Amino acid sequence: MKLNREEVLHIAKLARVGVTDDDVEHLREQLSDILENFEILKKVDTADVPPTAQSIPLQNVTKDDQAADSLLPGQILANAPRKEGEYFRVKAVLE
Amino acid sequence: MTPQQLTIHEAHRLLKDKKLSSVELTGACLKRTGEVEPKLQALVTVTGEAALKQAENADRLIAKGDINPLTGVPVVIKDVLCTKGVRTTCSSKMLENFIPPYNATVVEKLNSLGAVSIGKANMDEFAMGSSTEHSAFFATHNPWDLDRVPGGSSGGSAVSVAADEGIYALGSDTGGSIRQPAGFCSVVGLKPTYGRVSRYGLVAFASSLDQIGPLTKDVTDCAIVLNAIAGFDNRDSTSAPNPVPDYTRCLAADLKGLKLGVPQEYFVQGMQREVEKALLDAIRKLEELGAKVDLGVSLPSTPYALAAYYIIAPSEASANLARYDGVKYGFSYPDADSMWEALEKTRQFGFGDEVKRRIMLGTYALSAGYYDAYYLKAQKVRTLIRREFDSAFEKYDALITPTSPTVPFKLGEKLDDPLQMYLSDVCTLPINIAGVPGISIPAGFGNGLPVGMQIIGKPFGEEAILKVAYAYEQATEWHKRKPQI
Repeated sequence: MKLNREEVLHIAKLARVGVTDDDVEHLREQLSDILENFEILKKVDTADVPPTAQSIPLQNVTKDDQAADSLLPGQILANAPRKEGEYFRVKAVLE
Repeated sequence: MTPQQLTIHEAHRLLKDKKLSSVELTGACLKRTGEVEPKLQALVTVTGEAALKQAENADRLIAKGDINPLTGVPVVIKDVLCTKGVRTTCSSKMLENFIPPYNATVVEKLNSLGAVSIGKANMDEFAMGSSTEHSAFFATHNPWDLDRVPGGSSGGSAVSVAADEGIYALGSDTGGSIRQPAGFCSVVGLKPTYGRVSRYGLVAFASSLDQIGPLTKDVTDCAIVLNAIAGFDNRDSTSAPNPVPDYTRCLAADLKGLKLGVPQEYFVQGMQREVEKALLDAIRKLEELGAKVDLGVSLPSTPYALAAYYIIAPSEASANLARYDGVKYGFSYPDADSMWEALEKTRQFGFGDEVKRRIMLGTYALSAGYYDAYYLKAQKVRTLIRREFDSAFEKYDALITPTSPTVPFKLGEKLDDPLQMYLSDVCTLPINIAGVPGISIPAGFGNGLPVGMQIIGKPFGEEAILKVAYAYEQATEWHKRKPQI
């Protein structure tokens, strides 16, 4: 599977990772190499095999609805790059 | 023997008999750390002052007779585990200044036992890598040869134990990140069964594969630390309710009646001769100890594990790392004109190359039109790999493989060749795919460089692999060798 430039830019956009022109070419080569290596999976017959998402036989784990201490707004906001009062400050979503 | 060279169980005896104080032991570890860190660079943060306070507190507990095997014993914690009030960076620029407001469950557990934390260990950024060269801050050096990598991603943890900076360390393992550096540094490293140890407070990489585990100087210490960190936690709904046995009670010096299998597929093309030779010698030793060894085991889907892993793990990572948006915490690009630009630039400059590569790979594998061909296919191959382990464990008590196909490689050798780097985990990652436990123990040296043996068990079969590991260790001297730094 060889990726082209447009595909790399499309993936970068989906992943919301900014890239330079040099990055695109480098990533195109490396990702293509890795994806070609993955072609080996086509050799495996998985016609009647169900997928495995996780390896333990637990399902629908629930817990009692009990009140407990939680973090205070000040503790949460201590790591915020930008804040105003008790809010995270972000760029306008709609201009 | 100097105090920092002690194992947990040796230090515990001296602490209990009041022949050594935790302050003395902690001071010795900190002094050693100061001496070797300029060469090794295993630690991102050293918490010397806090450690000495914890040690004083531990000495007060011990004076009252309130002592357990980890009280007052210094530990190094991989910088992927949240430590309240102590910065937790994941060796990433993204989290360079992140100070968690809470502790990981494993850290809480150690604190409640009076442990002493001397610092946070360097790692590959967000635990993605096999050499610790993908740290955004600096590479860590192998104490057996400073020009070589210590393995990864828990390279700092493994080095800190091998070099006697800490008495033991905690790491995390998604595809080999505890076992491969343990093998490269000649220490003991255990990845427990998925669900055995709570992941609460472990910064997520690939949630269906990640497990926390100990890196220690010997197998007895490994069992002691597992006793302390294993068990159900209602803050991690994937942690298992299975009872936790006393893992030190299974340690026995002979292996009579035990059936061991050696899967041929793990003796892969490209395996170094000295690794193969060390392993065959080790297997002979296991036979001498009474085990019945079958060299003809086959796990035919093994050659597909690498591709399946490098689809599943990056896919999960691409979702988990979507949270780094520069809003709530972490690096935030300051000069953007719009929300989208801020997001893209934050991730462009906050993440290193390997992390971006994996996010992109996972995004691609999950994207419309490719999901079935990559992600779903990999999940089906995961089923086959798991089934093969299940049927092998109907016949064998444990499986024996090398931990890595090579001895530690040179710094820089594989840094810009991701596929070659990924191959370093070829023997360890099938174990995460299956969710079973695996341990790496010192099994000799090739040209003066460490070789690790991996022992794999069935789900929640930690006792069997610890038993095999202990018997081998008692019959050999490898774990007693120390690197000259």
